[in-house]
Amino acid sequence: MSKRFLRISLIFIGSILLFPAQGMAGTPFPLIHEPEGEGVECVEDEDEMRRNHMNYILHQRDKTMHEGIRTETYSLSKCIDCHVQPNDKGEVPTHENKEHFCVACHQYASVQIDCFECHADRPQKFIKRDSKPQALRQQLQEVLAEKDMGDAQ
Amino acid sequence: MSDQINDSRRSFLSKAAIAGSITIAPGVFLHQTAQAKPDDQAVSSKTRWGMLIDTDKCAKGCTGCVDACNNEHSLTGHGRPETDTQYIRKVSLVEKQTGHEISLPLMCQHCENPPCVDVCPTGASFKREDGIVLVDKHICIGCRYCMMACPYKARSFIHEVIENQTLSAPRGKGTVESCTMCTHRVDKDGIPACVEACTEDDHNAMIFGDLNDPNSEISKELKKHGGKQIRADLQLNTGVRYQGL
Repeated sequence: MSKRFLRISLIFIGSILLFPAQGMAGTPFPLIHEPEGEGVECVEDEDEMRRNHMNYILHQRDKTMHEGIRTETYSLSKCIDCHVQPNDKGEVPTHENKEHFCVACHQYASVQIDCFECHADRPQKFIKRDSKPQALRQQLQEVLAEKDMGDAQ
Repeated sequence: MSDQINDSRRSFLSKAAIAGSITIAPGVFLHQTAQAKPDDQAVSSKTRWGMLIDTDKCAKGCTGCVDACNNEHSLTGHGRPETDTQYIRKVSLVEKQTGHEISLPLMCQHCENPPCVDVCPTGASFKREDGIVLVDKHICIGCRYCMMACPYKARSFIHEVIENQTLSAPRGKGTVESCTMCTHRVDKDGIPACVEACTEDDHNAMIFGDLNDPNSEISKELKKHGGKQIRADLQLNTGVRYQGL
């Protein structure tokens, strides 16, 4: 009898403790921008991608790097092409911005991603390249010209 | 990566395969080499990509190949020629006795027995089945042993944070990189950017092709006129050969 009473009272206390947490509407969730445009089906179900996207990308990474397999279904660039889009102001978020699709969740979950240390964080169409290769060209030609002058002397 | 076969076994198998295909009928081969590869198919050792550079045709002062490479991979400089990334360098050689000068592009020589792969402590430096030597930047820890091991000074280290990379050339700070023989183009049945630029400039100093295919342009040219390896004494069996040295 006393055991039963104890159990019931524990459940009661527990539910009191839990209730405010459940009732908190302010639980923060990452703000994820849905991809826009036509054909917005992801390559796998949403649940599957949320749990296992890293496995798909990792697998594809090794296949491409070492075996030269260049199918695009699970490639990182395809993720970026759909999921990273300009915001209301027309700015495309970088990987240092919380609005970036990947960063939004990863910052929330406190999981560091290294992808964008090497890979472009935006679709290529949103990347404006400066003329640095031109600068490099000029520099090279200067070096060659100097060398020619040196040889002539 | 994990299924590496040792060299002697591989050479035995390839000889056996050649012997096998010869016995069927002369001129009839069971498989075709150097055909367009479907996207979902892995590269194979039936192909060995190589390059042949004719230094007599390479124009002095021309940097067409280097520019094309820099644009293709969006290689940017910081005004520091000693450390800035360069996949290709133009090298001038002068013979002291005659004063004869030759100009040539020097890049990763894509050795069959690459010293960079030998010394890499993490397995980041590796040779693809089709003979292209690469750095897997996902695994590279930036120790730069490979840079010291390479007799051709072909590799560069990225010292600065990089942004706005191209799709085909992901690159970032703290890793080593070098000529990839434009794998992204080659895998799609294309030719490297430097070779394309050299041909477009009408210099035609560079030929790209399959060294394993006796009917490829590069193999025919090598058979006819030969091609030297730089530092052949190291017995690395380079994939890039030179004429007119």
